[in-house]
Amino acid sequence: METVFSQYAWLVPVFPLAAFLILTAFGRGMKQSGPLVATLASFAALVLSALILFEHMNGADEYNDSFTWIGIGGFELTAGFDVTNLTALMLIVVSLVAFLVNVYSIGYMKDDERITVFFGYVALFTFSMLGLVLADNLLTLYIFWELVGVCSFLLIGFWYQKPEAKAAAKKAFIVTRVGDVGLLIALLLLFWYMPDHDLSFSAIENVFGQSGLITEGITTLIAILIFVGAVGKSGQFPLHVWLPDAMEGPTPISALIHAATMVAAGVFLVARTFPIFEASQAALDTVAYVGAFTAIFAASIAIAQNDIKRILAYSTVSQLGYMMMAIGLGSVTAGMFHLFTHAFFKALLFLGAGSVIHAVHTQNIHEMGGLGKTMKTTAWTFAIGALALAGIPPLSGFWSKDAILAEALHANPALFAVGIAAALLTALYMSRLFFLVFAGKPKAGGEAHESPAVMTMPLIVLAVLAIFAGFVEMPFAGTGWLGEWLTGHAAEHEGTALVMLVSTAVGLLGIYLGWLIYVKGAIPRDVVTSRAPWLTRLLERKYYIDEIYHAVFTVSLRAIGRALDAFDRHVVGGAVRLAGGAAVWTGRAATRMQSGQVQSYGLYVVIGLVILVAAIAGRRFW
Amino acid sequence: MLSSYLTMAAILFCIGLYGALSKRNAVIVLMSVELMLNAVNLNLVAFSKYGVVPSLDGQIFSLFTISVAAAEVAVGVAILIALFRRRGTANVDEFNEMRR
Repeated sequence: METVFSQYAWLVPVFPLAAFLILTAFGRGMKQSGPLVATLASFAALVLSALILFEHMNGADEYNDSFTWIGIGGFELTAGFDVTNLTALMLIVVSLVAFLVNVYSIGYMKDDERITVFFGYVALFTFSMLGLVLADNLLTLYIFWELVGVCSFLLIGFWYQKPEAKAAAKKAFIVTRVGDVGLLIALLLLFWYMPDHDLSFSAIENVFGQSGLITEGITTLIAILIFVGAVGKSGQFPLHVWLPDAMEGPTPISALIHAATMVAAGVFLVARTFPIFEASQAALDTVAYVGAFTAIFAASIAIAQNDIKRILAYSTVSQLGYMMMAIGLGSVTAGMFHLFTHAFFKALLFLGAGSVIHAVHTQNIHEMGGLGKTMKTTAWTFAIGALALAGIPPLSGFWSKDAILAEALHANPALFAVGIAAALLTALYMSRLFFLVFAGKPKAGGEAHESPAVMTMPLIVLAVLAIFAGFVEMPFAGTGWLGEWLTGHAAEHEGTALVMLVSTAVGLLGIYLGWLIYVKGAIPRDVVTSRAPWLTRLLERKYYIDEIYHAVFTVSLRAIGRALDAFDRHVVGGAVRLAGGAAVWTGRAATRMQSGQVQSYGLYVVIGLVILVAAIAGRRFW
Repeated sequence: MLSSYLTMAAILFCIGLYGALSKRNAVIVLMSVELMLNAVNLNLVAFSKYGVVPSLDGQIFSLFTISVAAAEVAVGVAILIALFRRRGTANVDEFNEMRR
């Protein structure tokens, strides 16, 4: 089919870029109009993305366009964009969430001094993220990959007056850097081994699709290194530590960057370079096991946290683990499907949390309560998001989680069990969060009231999406449409009825448990704490991962740093001081020699002469 | 024969050098310089008589040196008198104008 809009896909990131430039150039005088400019730009991007998506849903061909970026001799480095069904899907997710977050931020950031700077950063982020999605080769992707990292850093540290925000921004930047180094090495290896040094995704698909062109060891190495990059960006264990701390940023940012889009970039990267992973079973297994472990690990931490945003952050880490697990099990479709639905309901949850924080000015869930009566819209939409996350049918999260679990049951029953356990924990911590915040009696001093319409409207839109987004791929009725559309071959679901039954039961059980503990009080809240205080403490301290990193990396690196500093100060600096001192000392001695006494001068001349004569005479005996 | 003249000249030169470097009185320093010059003259004459290629050149040279030295001493003593008039001393330790 003819492509009409796809040719102009490069315009999608250009809109937010223009908004960023305008806001950066004229920001000071645009306190009122600046946010509107950014929102309009993201709306334009959204419209174009929607047109592209519709075109591709009607079966448009892939469209690729690139130009020569750098030519060195016969070698050409290209940059360009690629519109496939996968990127069309990502485009709509990113631009839609970005648009809604922009609208929401108009209300949320209204009183902030630097509101135009905020919108400028958000626009820059939207540009980078859309660029990342559209990139047609790994190098271009890597550039945008780093750009979104910078935006994340800037926005986490947006309230830089708070020392925690500053520390969190630095932590996010440094920890993701560890992963980025892996990606960079993978890129260099690919550059070295690919025929014609071609880094485009189509070439990668061609080369790794046929066996024998690149040895299996190298393939595994490249795949694992790419995965290391994805681990850093997507907050997988063991590089997950930055994501919960990133919640120091403004809440709309947590929704946009640290829940819906940027953290999903790691999953997207693995999905985009899937042919490499497919060529190496070891790499696939690594992805699956790391993902599964992260899913249950983060879910267990989320149960014991008290900060509303941190709970959601660990939930994000856990759900990203789900996506990774799905891709590791060989199903890009299930992973991308979960990414798609998760983006909506997690953004919804974060924006709802922002609305709550806006009303009660605290993030501690134990200081909230009874907000359901005063904040009806927020409570209802939050409930929808929570149910979707807990995987209750027929909300979107149910279908995507189900697809992953079905895949797991099919491929690896052990991972299926892990997935089910994580689902139970998910339902439990979400019901805990919901009941503590919205049910019970009000605790916060003062009257909490509903947020303005500009903030609740995005919530309602996202809630609608959280309900219906799952219907694009249902296990029955036109099976595997999404799978066929995304990857070209339909995913086969076997025994899905059983999986659906089990996952629904588990979700309901988790919610019921939460209800028993936090509403009815049938099970005392300290049922675990009183019997195994160490377990609660372990979860509350997040398995002491931060402390371990501090002891292992921070302390040792600081010791190395001190040693190097001492070396620099005393050895290198000492040598420099010695050289300088010698010159000064010689100069001083020479000054003393210049006494003006002709007789002393004469004496020096004689001494010099004697030395000269002695040297000449001495040579005879040498 | 040559070596005894040369030894004599060397001794003379060393005495002159010692005087020039160690005496306080400027007049004695000037005299010591003359001693050194005379040591050189002695060498010239000795080589012109007993050298490898004897000729009159050395003696003519030493005559030149004597006359130039006389002029030099005249100038030296003149400077010395001027200095003495100005500073009221002939002690060389006091003269350190070269330092400036």
